[in-house]
Amino acid sequence: MNACAIEVTGLRKSFGKRTVLNGLSLSVAKGTIFALLGPNGAGKTTLIHILSTLSDPDDGAARIEGYDVVSSRTAVRRSISLTGQFAAVDEVLTGRENLTMMCRLCGLSRGEARMRTAELLKRFALEEAADRRVKAYSGGMRRRLDLAVSLVVSRPVLFLDEPTTGLDTVSRRALWDTILGLKEQGITIFLTTQYLEEADQLADEIAVLSGGRIVATGTAETLKAQVGGEVVELRNRQDEVIRTIPTSGSVHDIRQTLNEIASSCPPDTRMVIRKPSMDDVFLALTTVEQKEVSHA
Amino acid sequence: MNKLQPNAKSASFAATNAVFIGRSIRHSLRNVESLLMAILLPVMLMLMFTYVFGGAIDPSGDYVNYVVPGIILLCAGFGSSSTAVDVATDMTNGIIDRFRTMPIRSLGVITGHVAASLARNLLATGIVIGVALLVGFRPAAGTLEWLGALGVIVLFILTFTWLFAAIGLVTGSPSSAGGYGFVLLFLPYLSSAFVPTSTMPAWLQGVANHQPITPVIETIRGLLTGTPVKEHVWWAIGWCAAILVIALVWSMLAFRRRGSGR
Repeated sequence: MNACAIEVTGLRKSFGKRTVLNGLSLSVAKGTIFALLGPNGAGKTTLIHILSTLSDPDDGAARIEGYDVVSSRTAVRRSISLTGQFAAVDEVLTGRENLTMMCRLCGLSRGEARMRTAELLKRFALEEAADRRVKAYSGGMRRRLDLAVSLVVSRPVLFLDEPTTGLDTVSRRALWDTILGLKEQGITIFLTTQYLEEADQLADEIAVLSGGRIVATGTAETLKAQVGGEVVELRNRQDEVIRTIPTSGSVHDIRQTLNEIASSCPPDTRMVIRKPSMDDVFLALTTVEQKEVSHA
Repeated sequence: MNKLQPNAKSASFAATNAVFIGRSIRHSLRNVESLLMAILLPVMLMLMFTYVFGGAIDPSGDYVNYVVPGIILLCAGFGSSSTAVDVATDMTNGIIDRFRTMPIRSLGVITGHVAASLARNLLATGIVIGVALLVGFRPAAGTLEWLGALGVIVLFILTFTWLFAAIGLVTGSPSSAGGYGFVLLFLPYLSSAFVPTSTMPAWLQGVANHQPITPVIETIRGLLTGTPVKEHVWWAIGWCAAILVIALVWSMLAFRRRGSGR
């Protein structure tokens, strides 16, 4: 049995003259959470569409649980569940009707569908709103229903495209707990996000997508180490960050940095030296790549 | 509790379609405004043509028998046009991506809308005929003629619903899809629906006699009120069958293209 839930090699996709994916390769181990980080328009959703059989790659190959996304489409569809960027639920129906409909589409009998629906409504704290139309749901409730719908039957691989975009902090944290719970059950989770904190908190492995390629992969720790050293952060009197300067972390380098900036700083500027955050990693990796692209 | 093998079960073809038809019928019943509109508009038009214009068009007072078949078609055409909006709405919502990534025949989404449109339009047609009988419509049809007329009406509704489904698939936004409904609202005015085409100027007769609505109306009129059906029935079936085939192929191609074009 293959240890990889998702294997992608040399994937290319263009829309007209615009190249979105430019020879992308990655692999995701079974039962892990994989986070794909990238700025808006980096091609995250395009990749998810190819992996979930919604569109075909121009070149390269992708396998889910060993099945090719182009030649074994039906087998792939039996192995995956997709929660897209916009809550994919039927607004005209109630929460209960949405779940029952999906149960029936997954081949459950009426009785099984009723039981499974009740179970999921309870698990996702939607019992009270079950018979209200989804139109009247809050963003958090909608997302919970969306996730519940993708779990109607157990599929080994779950795709979450920006699952917490637009949610408040409380709903976001609750959703993180749910996602971690799914991993406990052995589900492989592939999620895209713009929030570094989210990747940091959830993912076993993070990949940074920029310019249609993966520019770095690793755990949050190894990625931060890759940027290396310490970050000098300058703050004004209101404690707002006015500038961050990466350094190698050596005494010499930090001193030189301070020498360079000291004369141009307002007198009340304060300074902090800290470890790099995921934001620094992201910025460092994606800006380098963008420079390369603009040279090309 | 959960087994992580790929789920071998998936819904049968019949179950999938039943689910989608049920979904679309629920949608129709909950969209009260558009359901009322689809029923009230033809009824109002019928009352207007019978009581306001009818006396001027045909002073004998028999105009109601002439106009009812036209109103039935107007009602069916207008009612089926909302399918374009329903389909376009589904295609812009994330839910279609979910259906497509499931091991089911996802074209069922469209079939569901078509079936719901058929049910909705037959209901509206029934109400229109009911009101027509109240205001003096006196059909001369026997059981066979009624069944024949029903068959032609069903074929007409299916044809135009699939056409509007295809339009909904290619327009991409519900609001632009909605605009096309009005085209079908005007087509009956350029046919024998309200006045015999022989009363029109010669150039307009050319248009009116050679468009699909006229033979369909003449067929229904003939079957219900006993005017000669002649070759109209073959033209009606031919037009509908040709448009239906084009619309079906167009819908399927458009549905597939919407998937891979991203």
